[in-house]
Amino acid sequence: MSSSTGASLADELPDPDGRPPLRGDGAGTGRRGDRLFAGAATGSGLIVIAMVVLVGLFLLFQAIPAIGEDKVNFLTSRQWQVSARKFGIVQMLWTTVATSVVALVIAVPFAVAIALFLTQYAPKWLSGAAASLIDLLAAVPSIVYGLWGYFIVAPKFEHVQSWISDVFGWIPLFDRVGGVGGGTTIFLAGIVLSIMVLPIVTALTREVFNQAPMAHREAALALGATKWEMIRTAVLPFGKTGIISATMLGLGRALGETVAVLYILSSLPEGSKWTWSLFNGGDTFASKIANSASEFTPGLGTGAYVAAGLVLFVLTFLVNALARVVIERKKAFTE
Amino acid sequence: MSIDTKEIAPAPTGDLGGLAQGRSGLRTLKNSIAGVVIWGAFLIALIPLGWILWTVLSRGLSPMLDATWWQKDQSGVGAPGFDHNVRGARHAIVGTLMIALGTSVIAIPIAVMTAIYLVEYGRGGAARAISFMVDILSGVPSIVAGLFIYAIWVTFFGWQLNGFGSSLALVLLMVPVVCRSTEEMLKLVPNELREASYALGVPKWKTIVKVVLPTSFSGIVTGSLLGFARVAGETAPLLILAQYSQFLNQNLFSGNIAALPTLINTNLPNMAGDPVSADRVWGAACTLILLVLVINLIGRLIGHFTKVKG
Repeated sequence: MSSSTGASLADELPDPDGRPPLRGDGAGTGRRGDRLFAGAATGSGLIVIAMVVLVGLFLLFQAIPAIGEDKVNFLTSRQWQVSARKFGIVQMLWTTVATSVVALVIAVPFAVAIALFLTQYAPKWLSGAAASLIDLLAAVPSIVYGLWGYFIVAPKFEHVQSWISDVFGWIPLFDRVGGVGGGTTIFLAGIVLSIMVLPIVTALTREVFNQAPMAHREAALALGATKWEMIRTAVLPFGKTGIISATMLGLGRALGETVAVLYILSSLPEGSKWTWSLFNGGDTFASKIANSASEFTPGLGTGAYVAAGLVLFVLTFLVNALARVVIERKKAFTE
Repeated sequence: MSIDTKEIAPAPTGDLGGLAQGRSGLRTLKNSIAGVVIWGAFLIALIPLGWILWTVLSRGLSPMLDATWWQKDQSGVGAPGFDHNVRGARHAIVGTLMIALGTSVIAIPIAVMTAIYLVEYGRGGAARAISFMVDILSGVPSIVAGLFIYAIWVTFFGWQLNGFGSSLALVLLMVPVVCRSTEEMLKLVPNELREASYALGVPKWKTIVKVVLPTSFSGIVTGSLLGFARVAGETAPLLILAQYSQFLNQNLFSGNIAALPTLINTNLPNMAGDPVSADRVWGAACTLILLVLVINLIGRLIGHFTKVKG
């Protein structure tokens, strides 16, 4: 079944009947209808390639002049003052990566457990409905997550946060910073992001667990393994690469998530002190761009944001491509 | 793939009690804990879903159930002498649907033809490159798609923004969703059907149009509805590309156009002291989530009840 997450492993796995469909089998007759139709199909494929290439090129060419005018180092400066022509991405990069990593640290164990639930534990009548419920989390628009996170969760989360600071404050990550009130911190943004990426990580992990060979599982049970031992020895090792690539696809989603982060995370005032704390505000690439959309002016101002968008695009491209490579390798290994 | 038998089946060494029980206490305990943890993880994941739906419904349902919500736009709000308490969202609802329809008209043909290429024609490097790019496209952040269209539309060509620009940005997000689900459906069409058609001398393109596509039609509809639901709820590109308008605009190709997400975003700063703005925000969130969920469910039901039998 197709999933609303838009990503799927299905094309990487053999068909249910074990036979690939007829491919480029020379059934085309070379008649005009055939040539036109093949041309349209190929053309659509090329449009897809062109879309990705154009995104990269347009962002690159509009980012270059802005970076050329930059008065500080684009990659190593923390300053982002567009009117003063100072664009450095370090603060945004940290916030983007920190929110996403928090999201995945929470989401991946849950996703693996839920995928195990759906494939191994849930009774048959429940499994399909349960999977749909998890998928519904992906259908909730991100602006709704943002409203919910900001108005409902953040005020409650403030107490949790101050408790964590009291107990674990000696770890730099949980240091009490105090600059941002109301619980609107990197940590909370990460938690809400984890709910948002949960469905995609679950869906992909579930597909892989479904592929775990029945013979291995039955063999483990026949040797006297408990259900959990069977999962640990026959299902999890088989799904390892699948979990890794699902994690990376989830990371790609979390890095680029915009509106939820924009609403939840408080921006830091200009010139705030650097801190490793997760209980701090900030801007991700995406939220910074969205937040400044109203002040886009043709020229260098926009160029700076385009450059930030380019960095985000390159990051997500790399993460997604890596996920794909992991899947392909696994495929080559198992076939 | 090998199984480490040492771990899962320790040889019984004289302990007949253990053998008779079958399993040692520790292993049984671990097994039970795993079961509880895994059931627990699923139940915990349902909490945010329920909490979000409750939040939005409890706050947004009442403005939404008012007839003016569907009948009026916000013409005159903010101008002197007009009723400032109009809660109508007609302009935003119509705008959201128009932008998403505009997206679908462009994205669905491209996505379906790409899927046909990947399943029926593609082989070798070209097919792999296109399949790779579909994956990359599905990972492109929505804000980048918006920024890209801004870079072309405004910076490069210097055109005025309108609803169609937003549609174009959303095309980038819709194509991979529809393409992947169509591809899955096309793969489920049994080869015997294609072979039977070829055996009758039907050319390949007619086989695809008359045999393969009708067989997988419901699946394609499902994929399209899921894609529609995804772009209807998308906000980030609209923040850059869709200038909010208080008026109902029925022309996608000219002028500012409202959408539910931008209605929320515009009223958000006034929420604290103004219950009418708060009603608009939660009403719009409620309308949006119901719109998306209903379309999503329709798509799933179609997919569920009309599965291709392989």
